[in-house]
Amino acid sequence: MSGTVAEPKGATKRTLQGLSGLVYFFFYAPIILLVIFSFSDNRNVGVWGGFTLDWYREFGESSGTQDALWNSVQIGLVSTAVSVVLGTLAALALERFTFRGKQVFDALLYLPIIIPDVTMAVMLLLFFAQIAEWFGITKGFATITLSHIAFSISFVSIVVRARLAGMDDKLEEAAMDLYATRWMAFRHVTLPLIMPGILGGALLAMTLSLDDVVITQFVTGPGWNTLPVFVFGLIRRGVTPLINAVSVVMLVASMGLVALSLITDRARSSDSAT
Amino acid sequence: MTTLDHVVGEVATPEFEHANEQLKRRRGFLMALPAYAYLVVFFALPLVFVVIYSFATRNRFGGTDLAGWNLDSYQRLFTDDLVGTILARSLWLALLTTVICLVIAYPFAYYMSTRPESVRNLMLVFVMIPFWTNFLVRNYAWRVILGTDGPLSQTTEFLGLGPQKYLFTSTAIVLGMVYGFLPFMVLPLYAAIERIDHGLLEAARDLYGTGVQSFRHVLLPLSMPGVIAGSILVFVPSLGAYVTPEILGGAKTKLLGSHIVTQFLEARNWPFGAALSFVLMAVMLATTIIYFRKGGRTL
Repeated sequence: MSGTVAEPKGATKRTLQGLSGLVYFFFYAPIILLVIFSFSDNRNVGVWGGFTLDWYREFGESSGTQDALWNSVQIGLVSTAVSVVLGTLAALALERFTFRGKQVFDALLYLPIIIPDVTMAVMLLLFFAQIAEWFGITKGFATITLSHIAFSISFVSIVVRARLAGMDDKLEEAAMDLYATRWMAFRHVTLPLIMPGILGGALLAMTLSLDDVVITQFVTGPGWNTLPVFVFGLIRRGVTPLINAVSVVMLVASMGLVALSLITDRARSSDSAT
Repeated sequence: MTTLDHVVGEVATPEFEHANEQLKRRRGFLMALPAYAYLVVFFALPLVFVVIYSFATRNRFGGTDLAGWNLDSYQRLFTDDLVGTILARSLWLALLTTVICLVIAYPFAYYMSTRPESVRNLMLVFVMIPFWTNFLVRNYAWRVILGTDGPLSQTTEFLGLGPQKYLFTSTAIVLGMVYGFLPFMVLPLYAAIERIDHGLLEAARDLYGTGVQSFRHVLLPLSMPGVIAGSILVFVPSLGAYVTPEILGGAKTKLLGSHIVTQFLEARNWPFGAALSFVLMAVMLATTIIYFRKGGRTL
């Protein structure tokens, strides 16, 4: 398929080349500028005023950002762990088994992806407004984590399903023909094979949890913040250089997750090549 | 359970086959059950809450009376001028964002698909990085760039164009959304174009088709699934956008997403907010279902 490539020539090629360069410039220039300005010694967030680490120091000293960061990490870890287990089980059930209600389940699993953030936020706000009262749940950690799991399961299951779909289920059967129990076959054959998919799903879930503003803002309780919601609140009150520094910290966290996902992705493609 | 499987493996009588089939069904159901139950409780049930609230009435204290169902909130969608303006603006800006993304992404995705595989993969990685990067941060970066005395206005002033107001305009919102959602357009387009046999394009040229003709009659029709998938992936979040208009837009450029949030966090008119978000969701679902019905499956 990719053997014969119609190579654009001359002016067309140069135009396309220039355009692609511009696309990358568009993608990266804002991010790079933000990083530069986070080291700028000027109260105005977009003006260079010499190098300083003051804003990072302020970030380190502000208890508001520290608490919010810690909350984000905890919520991210718990919601990722739960959604990875539930999402992987769902993916296995949908790819490998037929059962009653399968089609309904499949559709239900797609909905959280299609539905706009704002709508999902409204849904969960109304739901927790009632439920929290009935069951005595305090809004905050619990409600945010439960909400993040609700949208992460779908993304995890899609990534794991993509991995399972490209896999031969004869391998597991072969293991069982060799008198492996169902669990052993899963543990030693299927699980290692779908591991890159599970890791990819986990990183996606973590990213989504650390990114979410709208839903978290709706289901959180008074005085309870995650880092993005905290930053969003700060931005709305007016930009300060502190926000530049916090943003760069969040940027580095996402970049770290991208790097991890690229590594697992590489493992995935080298696996399938053999 | 396992012993039964082995028996079936040896003598596949109809009874055993049937029993095995039932066992597999039960096992599949049990595996799906945790996620299934979770989504029913924390997704389907909340969805029902939205529908119920959209028929309820706001009382004088900003609370909601669930008794006495009515269609007032839905009626207001058609009679409230502000809602009409906001809806029209949201649709227009979402459409504009989608078209701009398409125009930028198409030649880019095409160019990417003509590169050698190693270059192609590297180009793809550098599209994926912004895709994974925190959305709030990426929007905030534009706030810094477009702000008063920010890099952009300094540049225009340097060029003698005078100070311009960029922030808190519709242009800023569209810019932010294009920036945020462009990877959603590039990735499906690239997937569709990469799959096309480029020999077909050469054949079109061999048969004396011009560049424009071979684009119109060969490349574009064959990449249509990618165009549609990308457009939906950009249009849907643009229509419901909340973070971008809040950061880059102003009071005069309010969009649907922000208007819904206002109903809950400020105006405390939950029934009306529920009706608005129900309509938003219906539009999204309709768009997506039409897409799947039309046979496109490459999301």
